[in-house]
Formats: sequence, C-alpha cells, structure tokens
Amino acid sequence: MAGHLLVRGMIAGMLAACLAFLLAKIYGETSVDLAINFEAAADAAAGQAPEVELVSRAVQSTWGLATAILMYGIAYGGIFSLVFGFAYGRVNTMSARNLSMFIALAGFVVFYFMPILKYPPNPPAVGIGDTIGIRTQLYFEAMVLSIVCAILGLIIYNQLRKYLDVWDAAIIGLLTYLVVFGLTQTVLQDINEVPVNFPATILWHFREAAIGIQIVLWGSMGLIFGKMVQPLFVTRQI
Amino acid sequence: MSQTLATSNKSNIVKPVAIPLKDLVPWAIFGVVISLILIYFVGAEQGATALISGHYVHEFVHDGRHLLGFPCH
Repeated sequence: MAGHLLVRGMIAGMLAACLAFLLAKIYGETSVDLAINFEAAADAAAGQAPEVELVSRAVQSTWGLATAILMYGIAYGGIFSLVFGFAYGRVNTMSARNLSMFIALAGFVVFYFMPILKYPPNPPAVGIGDTIGIRTQLYFEAMVLSIVCAILGLIIYNQLRKYLDVWDAAIIGLLTYLVVFGLTQTVLQDINEVPVNFPATILWHFREAAIGIQIVLWGSMGLIFGKMVQPLFVTRQI
Repeated sequence: MSQTLATSNKSNIVKPVAIPLKDLVPWAIFGVVISLILIYFVGAEQGATALISGHYVHEFVHDGRHLLGFPCH
C-alpha cells in the first residue's frame, strides 16, 4: 500500500511540476533575465570581464529549469505521499481527497511559506557568493524548525481536541506553531544582500513568480494526488 | 427495511483505516532518501557544498534554484 502511495505521490509531483514549469517559464524567466542584465551591467561598470557561460542561457532557462522543477516536484511528491500515508486514519478521520488537499496546504505553508518569510527567494545579482554556505545552512535550519514547530502544534491540537471544540483546538494549535516558530526565527541571523541600486520592481516580480510557482506546485499536487489515490481507499473500505 | 437502511448507511460512513507502520516505514526510508538526494542536487550541490567538482550542475539547474527559493550566489 505504502509503495503504491509513494509511486502515485511522485507521479502527482511530476505532473504538478509540469504546470509549475509553465508559470516559471512564462512569468519567472522574465525577471531572471532582467536581473542577469542588471548583474552584467554592474560587472561591466566595475570593469570586470563578463561571466563565462558554462551552460548557455538558452539551456538554463529551458532544460535546466525543467529538470530542476521536475526533480523538486518528484521529491516533494514523494515526501507528500509518505506524510499522507502516515496521517491517513491516524492523525484525523478526513477522506483521502480532503486529507490530500489539507496536506498540500500545510506543506506549502510549513515547507515553503514560513521559511521564506525569513529568507525570501532572490534573483541572480542578489546575494554575495562568499556567504552561500551560511545562507544555505540558515535556510534549511529555518525549514527544519518550521517542520518541528508544526508537528508540535499538531500534537497540541490533537490533545486539546479531547476537551475543546474543534475550532478552539485548531486556533490554539495554529497559534502555537506561529508563535514558537516566530520566536525561533528571532534567534537566526537576518540576511540582507540586495544591492543598493537593485530595481525593487524586478525583486518583487521575481518573488511573486517564485511564490506563484510554489502555489501551483503544491495546489495541483494536492488535487492530482487526491484524485489518484481515492480509488485505492474506496476498494479497501468496501 | 429499516434494518437494511441502517446497515447500508453504516457501511457508507467508514472510518479511514490507517496503513500499518510496518508497511509504511521501509517505503518511508526509501522515499525520503530519494527525495533528499533530489532536493540536494537541485538546492545545494556546487553551491554551499560540492560532491562533484566544477560548476556544471550548479549552472544547469541555476534558474530553477533561484526560482524555487534556494540560496544561490
């Protein structure tokens, strides 16, 4: 059963990634190109030689982009299906499709949205090369903290559910997640490496596209996975 | 008649049956390992750390790495 779920999760993630790729290609690449032009102009003004293109922009913005998003979609589709397999019939009594959509929403918030409030996605030209190590470490730390705090909130919700109304328990559980995660983020250092004269509109459009890609990815993954696994559970129950 | 209705109603509202942990755990380990490897290559290889020398992997997934929100140069 778990194997069937994992395969379906990875396929759902792959299909969702195809949709996310369309958005990335049509909307995201525009601001990536503008940011690269800014970087090239800044380098030229500083008297530096242009960067050598190891992989051409044409390949980066098509096959490279598609490969990256597909790998990401398959990976999160797999993790998604395992969380689903663990939660189904255990954490709550939601039907397969409801639970799938619920996990997609929670996954978007916990894996992506909360960590990027602290460390937002940045276009090329933003970010100092020498700090890549610490920035990557901090980003993954924020993500792990978000997951841990969300599990804490869920445990509190499930305990309170025995004594309180579902709404009250959910509000307290959610607040626990937000407040505890918020407190942990005050400890992690801030990063601001946006060049002084970097156009704010490019930065905004880039981040808009980046967040849009994740909404499409998680949203369609939840819908597709729910549709794909529902038959497994219907035949099981009869 | 009422007996039949009650029975059929009951069978429609089935409490979801959890998948046993012993079925789940081996697949979970397998799935998580594969997923982490994929995320590592998209998000961090030849950036923060490098298993393969050079910049080809980094440059190939460059746009995706930026747009998916991973820290990049």
